[in-house]
Amino acid sequence: MPGPTPNADGDASSNAPEDDGVRIDMISGARMEGLTGMEKIRLILDGVRDGNIVILEEGLSPDEESKLIEVTMTEISPDDFTGIEIETYPKAETSDQSFLDKLMGRKSAQKLTVIGPANRIETLHKDENLISTLVSRK
Amino acid sequence: MGLLTNLKDSISRVTDGLFAADEPKRIGIYGPPNAGKTTLANRIARDWTGDAVGPESHIPHETRRARRKENVEIERNGRTVTIDIVDTPGVTTKVDYKEFLDHDMEKDDAVRRSREATEGVAEAMHWLREDVDGVIYVLDSTDDPFTQVNTMLIGIIESQDLPALILANKTDLPGADVQQIANAFPQHETIPLSALEGDNMDEVYTKIAEYFG
Repeated sequence: MPGPTPNADGDASSNAPEDDGVRIDMISGARMEGLTGMEKIRLILDGVRDGNIVILEEGLSPDEESKLIEVTMTEISPDDFTGIEIETYPKAETSDQSFLDKLMGRKSAQKLTVIGPANRIETLHKDENLISTLVSRK
Repeated sequence: MGLLTNLKDSISRVTDGLFAADEPKRIGIYGPPNAGKTTLANRIARDWTGDAVGPESHIPHETRRARRKENVEIERNGRTVTIDIVDTPGVTTKVDYKEFLDHDMEKDDAVRRSREATEGVAEAMHWLREDVDGVIYVLDSTDDPFTQVNTMLIGIIESQDLPALILANKTDLPGADVQQIANAFPQHETIPLSALEGDNMDEVYTKIAEYFG
């Protein structure tokens, strides 16, 4: 169903030869800011289903993460799409909070997030400071 | 008309609240696949009702539908706490039917199981957002708890302000490391247990009564 959801290409169509490598879309927080939760999920999943690695500067809220899992599950199909691999820094939510944020009960959602097709991305190592992933070609 | 409707809505909210206070709380048993959620649900249900909740298996995604056991009355320290247990499918971000082929399954069965598993995970996420009043989060204490699914689910549970009890299961197995789970989620209390052997269930029931009573 065609909708208003912008893709990571913006207005330009991409003709990059996919066989030559792995495409990485790094999406700024500013670009995600104006989107609804569902638009963000579509932007991510459309990219990942095309075989791209999507890196979000500011990540998703817990509610959006929950919906991302739910929508991902509805799109999995045998021999086509097996789901997503997603990684964020585990302790960013609390360590990024300023004193004022803590005082006001605000939780920072800013956490760099890497998302890719489950059959092409493998996490080698992850801790609060480093995410190391192996990305394979198609 | 508008005033009457508002008044009716207000009365309805108050009466709903009064009745809701007496209703059993729905406690979702969540965690990654193969953490022992159904073994725990069955242990609790058998201990207090005599019935089981569902079949257990070492094959991932044995539970592919959320199953509810209603009115489980747990007695602790002279008082009774009534809860509904909701055993949920293990949450994951990926399901590949080929993994089931390793468990001597034909392709058709593996594809069907994977399809049901994806529906079950989606259902579990929906329950978490809409329909549970508290969470028992079960982890296999022989596995690394620092996974993205665990991090995300605990974050989702915290964002909903749901009371959450973390259980470090499978302490009967060699290599069990309860401290690693406690270190992964220091903001929550971690209770060790073996749901299979029934080890430390007394403490588990005391904590269930404390958290969800």
